[in-house]
Amino acid sequence: MTTPTSTPVPPHASRPGDRAPAAAAGRRHGTRAARRREGRAGFGMAAPALVLLLLFLVIPVLLAFGLSFTNARLISPNPPRFVGLDNFLRAFTADPVFLRSMLNTFVFAAVVVPVQAALGLLLAVLVNQKIRGVTAFRVIFFIPVVTSIVVVSILWRFMYQENGLINSMIDTITFGAWQGMAWLNDPSTALGAIIVLSIWQAVGFHMLIWLSGLQTIPEALYEAARMDGATPRQQFANVTWPGLHSTMVFVLVTITIAALGLFVQVDVMTQGGPVNSTSTLVYHAVRKGYRELETGYGATISLIFFVLVLIIALVQRHLTRDKD
Amino acid sequence: MNRRSLATIVSASAVSALALTGCGQAGQGDTTPDGDGPVELTMWTHSAGNPAELEVYEQIIADFNASQDDYEVVTEAFPQGAYNDAIVAAAAANDLPCLLDMDGPIVPNWAWAGYIQPLDLDPAVTDSLLPTAVGTYQDEIYSAGYWDAALAIFARQSVLEDNGIRIPTADDPWSVDELDEALATLQDAGYDTPLDIGAEDTGEWWSYAYSPMLQSAGGDLVDRDTMLTADGALNGPEAVDFFTWFQGAFEQGWASDSGTVGNEEFNNDEVALSYTGVWNAMDSLDAVGDDLLILPPPDFGDGPRIGGGSWQWGISSTCNAPDGARAYLEFSFADEYVTAFADNQVVIPATPGAVEASVHFSPDGDLRPFVELSERFALLRPETPAYPVISSTFEKAAKDIMNGADIPSTLDGAVAEIDANIESNDGYGF
Repeated sequence: MTTPTSTPVPPHASRPGDRAPAAAAGRRHGTRAARRREGRAGFGMAAPALVLLLLFLVIPVLLAFGLSFTNARLISPNPPRFVGLDNFLRAFTADPVFLRSMLNTFVFAAVVVPVQAALGLLLAVLVNQKIRGVTAFRVIFFIPVVTSIVVVSILWRFMYQENGLINSMIDTITFGAWQGMAWLNDPSTALGAIIVLSIWQAVGFHMLIWLSGLQTIPEALYEAARMDGATPRQQFANVTWPGLHSTMVFVLVTITIAALGLFVQVDVMTQGGPVNSTSTLVYHAVRKGYRELETGYGATISLIFFVLVLIIALVQRHLTRDKD
Repeated sequence: MNRRSLATIVSASAVSALALTGCGQAGQGDTTPDGDGPVELTMWTHSAGNPAELEVYEQIIADFNASQDDYEVVTEAFPQGAYNDAIVAAAAANDLPCLLDMDGPIVPNWAWAGYIQPLDLDPAVTDSLLPTAVGTYQDEIYSAGYWDAALAIFARQSVLEDNGIRIPTADDPWSVDELDEALATLQDAGYDTPLDIGAEDTGEWWSYAYSPMLQSAGGDLVDRDTMLTADGALNGPEAVDFFTWFQGAFEQGWASDSGTVGNEEFNNDEVALSYTGVWNAMDSLDAVGDDLLILPPPDFGDGPRIGGGSWQWGISSTCNAPDGARAYLEFSFADEYVTAFADNQVVIPATPGAVEASVHFSPDGDLRPFVELSERFALLRPETPAYPVISSTFEKAAKDIMNGADIPSTLDGAVAEIDANIESNDGYGF
């Protein structure tokens, strides 16, 4: 994966028509026809992806927009009825679980985004050393990423139990001074437990992206910095960090979006409990819209979520824009 | 071949493949083939992954197909986890099979939604069944099943006797105070968590297992007289009393929500009492032998209750040969098949003849107590289309209370949620 802000490649970067000598005026007609043909072929190749995007992204989003103003239900003999803004009023005034889910989602993102990005960078700097065996560490840090999140969640659920691995580890380290607890069953620790697991699972992926960014920085810059007498800290601040700007933007945006979409861990480990302390917007939308059959209300929650993510992504884009 | 035509071919085939998968029907078989061949009756079951059950269906279908020339039943088995989704999707695509099975409490919802039609079997068949094996909505029968399940408390006779705990009977079950005392005694005797109540499980189990306790205390999931509100039933003083006990049982460490789903802890003698179902009885008999006691659930004030209603069969409203479907169902309720289901899967047979013939459930069968518990204490979950929402809300509220939430406000919140849903569905036809 490369950073998205690297020089954009125009869609028709290598046109064979350009390579043909354009001197002969008599061939101009043929060139235009060739271009038209190329354009059509290009569209033809993009068509499968475009159709898929239309079917599974654009149309559902438009449908959700429409459904969120109705009382549509998954199973019902009655046709959906237009209810105006009722669903939105219900979400913000009569559904405490929705408000709690919004809070949980933002707490989760507020912790995960900086911690995971920083930890990823730290690991990337560590595994970027030219020493023996460093590849083994890269593999170790990356293994959780290729493991299914469902499997990871089930394993961590066992580890968080009262007599699970985490507690026996704490017990050993503190020589029994600190009694463990059932982490996922206490409203005050459940979200924290899910945060730790989520960071552990995904940090390897962002380590890899940071690493690719680190390796694009030319060694010559470091050499020059060393000749100017820069300490390692100064090298990081003045060479590494500026060189990672576009990587940083990408990492922040992807972590934010992934963090806001938290669902699987909650669904597998806590089902939103205890006492709503781990319910998230996506989980609440699925519970309402699908499991409790209220398609219309579920669409409303999804729409609110969509708008929130859009706003956050735009703000982030604005704050991290290239100032040059 | 030039590149242009290649691109055209590739994109055209991609689009048409997509269109085919998008619009293709799942292969509805209810069509009469040309000529005088038999009419095909499609049938979906949830029992893929349960060979003991599937085997009996295959036997019935083979016998039925051989017994006449008008109809041919063609079956398709789904894993239980994906089954309801498959039905909802098929209904949305107007592609339901002719015959389908469904979990008892969902029957009113699907009847209200128009998925299934009134069953209209010969009354002689439906009248002979256990009342909890028949699914009704608005006084009309929509489904019938070959068996019911039942819950009980498993215990070891030796453990109870050693600790001086009275062995309860169906006529004289434990009161709550007796149960509390027994649990405290057993905890002192070395069982860290004396009762495996099954709280590590999720989904419908919560309503199936714990709403009967609530009903035993005098509360309920919804006001069954009107089916229009849960107010007073789910948040009344009786409900608060029951949930206070429920929360306390976890606080005192009598029960816990860790552990494994199933009955392993009891079979390994890690817990003394286990609140579990007939489907776990054979393993426990193997592990415990004659020492095993199958006890009635405690009386929370209004007499013991257990949940009723298991998987049942119905006919979809789009079935084009309902007479054939009825003929198949009437054929299938023969005692020999009901007995085979009961003994293969270890569930309570729904007809008196099959109870007599059953190895496990006949008067001197080793699992006979379940028949008595089912007859005397089984109560259907509320027969309203609102049930899926009620059940999901109940599960969430009960879990929150287990984890220490304030009881009255949690129950009031659940009632508000259920009532809002009933109202937004115009009372679900009540």
